[in-house]
Amino acid sequence: MADENWKPKIIAIICNWCSYAGADLAGGARIQYPPDIRAVRVMCTGRIDPLFILKAFQDGADGVLVSGCHFGDCHYLEGNYKAAKRMFLLKSVLKNIGLDDKRLRMTFVSASEGAKWGMVMSDVVKTINELGPSPLKEFAR
Amino acid sequence: MAEVKNKEARIGVFVCHCGTNIAGTIDIEAVKEYAKTIPNVVVADNYAYMCSTPGQNKIADAIKEQNLTGVVVAACTPRLHEPTFRNATAAGGLNPFRFEMANIRDQNSWVHMHQPVEATEKAKDAIRIAVAKASLLEDLVPKSVPVEKTAMVVGGGVGGMQAALDLANAGIKTYLVEKSPTIGGRMSQLDKTFPTLDCSQCILTPKMVDVYRNENIELLTYTEVEAVEGYIGNFDVTLRKKARGVLTPKEAEARGIVGGGCTGCGDCANVCPVIKPNPFELGMAPRKAIYIYHPQVSPLIYTVDFDACVKCGLCVEACGEKKAVDLEAQDEFMTVKVGTAILALGYDIYPIEKKFEWGYKNFDNVITSLEFERLICASGPTGGHLVRPSDGETPKKIAFVLCAGSRDNTDTGKPYCSRFCCMYSLKHAHQIIEKIPGAVPYIFYMDIRSFGKMYEEFYYRIQNEGAKFIRGRVANITEDPVTKNLHVNAEDTLLGRPIDMEVDMVVLAAAIQPSAETEKTRRLFGVSCSQDGWLLEAHPKLNPCGTTTAGVYLAGVCQGPKDIPDTVAQAEGAASAASIPIHRGEVELEPYFAQCIEEKCAGCGMCVYQCPYQALSLVEKDGRTVMQVTEAKCKGCGTCGGFCPGGAIWMQHFATPQIVAQIDAFLLGGEQ
Repeated sequence: MADENWKPKIIAIICNWCSYAGADLAGGARIQYPPDIRAVRVMCTGRIDPLFILKAFQDGADGVLVSGCHFGDCHYLEGNYKAAKRMFLLKSVLKNIGLDDKRLRMTFVSASEGAKWGMVMSDVVKTINELGPSPLKEFAR
Repeated sequence: MAEVKNKEARIGVFVCHCGTNIAGTIDIEAVKEYAKTIPNVVVADNYAYMCSTPGQNKIADAIKEQNLTGVVVAACTPRLHEPTFRNATAAGGLNPFRFEMANIRDQNSWVHMHQPVEATEKAKDAIRIAVAKASLLEDLVPKSVPVEKTAMVVGGGVGGMQAALDLANAGIKTYLVEKSPTIGGRMSQLDKTFPTLDCSQCILTPKMVDVYRNENIELLTYTEVEAVEGYIGNFDVTLRKKARGVLTPKEAEARGIVGGGCTGCGDCANVCPVIKPNPFELGMAPRKAIYIYHPQVSPLIYTVDFDACVKCGLCVEACGEKKAVDLEAQDEFMTVKVGTAILALGYDIYPIEKKFEWGYKNFDNVITSLEFERLICASGPTGGHLVRPSDGETPKKIAFVLCAGSRDNTDTGKPYCSRFCCMYSLKHAHQIIEKIPGAVPYIFYMDIRSFGKMYEEFYYRIQNEGAKFIRGRVANITEDPVTKNLHVNAEDTLLGRPIDMEVDMVVLAAAIQPSAETEKTRRLFGVSCSQDGWLLEAHPKLNPCGTTTAGVYLAGVCQGPKDIPDTVAQAEGAASAASIPIHRGEVELEPYFAQCIEEKCAGCGMCVYQCPYQALSLVEKDGRTVMQVTEAKCKGCGTCGGFCPGGAIWMQHFATPQIVAQIDAFLLGGEQ
């Protein structure tokens, strides 16, 4: 299955107020990171239905990143706590169905952490490169 | 809530060069040609600056000519130009919410500058994802809500006072909330101000009186913000009025004490047997358990320090018929409704004893600049006579250590410039030359940053007055145990030689940091902070007074170090910004509300507990239980929509089919 030209397909679902702003700040600071991740913006990580993530894996995503505000900093008070709870639960589901739970990552990057966003990007890509293509890929089409 | 059909979607894609910001990395032509092949795209175009008038006209014209149902602009970030392109979309006759942005600059060309091929592929994907969403976008109408015609300013320093005065003078009822018993803030602790050498109190106290007398300002001293609910136009702020133990004349009247209440005579403090250090004098002078900070406080009302009070009752006796002292007072809570709020939370001095190499708190004659201000101030603990704490002698040779803890990337310092230390240290040098015959100031500096109007001229003046400048950071300070003189060890980097200088006194121009209350208060108002704790403005250049929380604005040092003129200027800006929604009378909220898809709703009510704003409730409708959204309370986070087990919640503009379409477009669309 491992194809030499394989490039990881990673989707990041990120909140408008902290992580999306942090990602923009990384741009302003010209912090360079690997170009393998595509972002989808939501207002809050609380919006993220675990089914979105399962859908992404079903579609053949090699990794999914969820990134929001730090605890206590959520623009909507507690959406990130609720998202984190759901992600913990979802990680255990992934593990139980035989998908490495490292393919799903939740991070907390604030609007002022452009450098951290760059580090998260590099680290996620590195992790997924080590894991290789998702075993669900062959069901995707 | 019918799901939007995308069969008739006609999308226009517009790719921006942003000069060379995007075009320098991404192959615009290739991206545009690719965009034409994406399903639903009927037109793709490109332009050097899409945000310019010709760029916006391209969008409006294409909407009309091509009968578009949705617009995608691939450019910078929606956080910058979403409003611009929504306006352009509306100018073309389309609902502005039928616009979606693909971020190909901030999150692409700028971060993949050396990978043009990969960046171009990423841009294609981003546009495909945006087109998928734009194909499913629906018409939305912003909700207009009325704005409460009152404002709140938190913090009663010079910035908060200025903001409150401006709002009040614009005819807006303003609550000015201050945690300490008096307004005035840090500025009231200063002796003179640079570069004009105005006496700080002389220019501040008239303002304090203005605030106290202004009938549009409700001054709430010794009061803290306890909770904040609501949104722009309609904040409910709960305040804790700390037990003061002393009644104002108004409060006394309310209790039926005729002609009673505190007149500020001070008879109570004269008899009080408890002595505590006065924090206003940084502990260098005493105060009683019933106290005022200094004679010019506003309001001139005494305060009981209940942690220190022994409840002997002598003050009650001394107060006599005025019956102002109430030793059984309790904290009181009140809730006020305000339309907008300004945070002017100020700063604290960095605990410079953490830089142990300079010996602050270990060596008697090492003091901070703020302590110097009190010691040189005519109304200070020494009546303006600068003395050495160790022996009360007048120092003749004084070293000033600049950037003490500022511009310091170690664990025990702050990376930023505290901005006003250079200037006040120059002023300190001037003051000792003026006041103490034969005294010589030695200023150890990294750079002298005299950036303001008439500041550089002031620097020259101090040089000519005889201050000595030594360019070098102080490595350490040691104390002579007998004389309590200090040895300053540094390197003169201009002469390239080490220095060991014996001085009588060292003044540390300590760094500043956000005030202790900043963290708690910013969280109550939902305002972000930058890494160093200063509050985050909405845009560093174009919106320095605003925050990402609509209706909350920033004034003064809480947003970043600044001197008095800059603080006052920002306060006036914040007051102007905060008055706009109030004068307009209504604001438009982004219509990202949750909606219940009633045929799917099972009425389980789990979403009700997910909502942080109590916006959801269960109602009976046609014989079954369904969820109902109170739009005025919904802020559009979507936490309910992320949770609903039945998929019965439609998040406007972030609806499940729209997000799933984005996921599918990336992973299943394009070249596999």
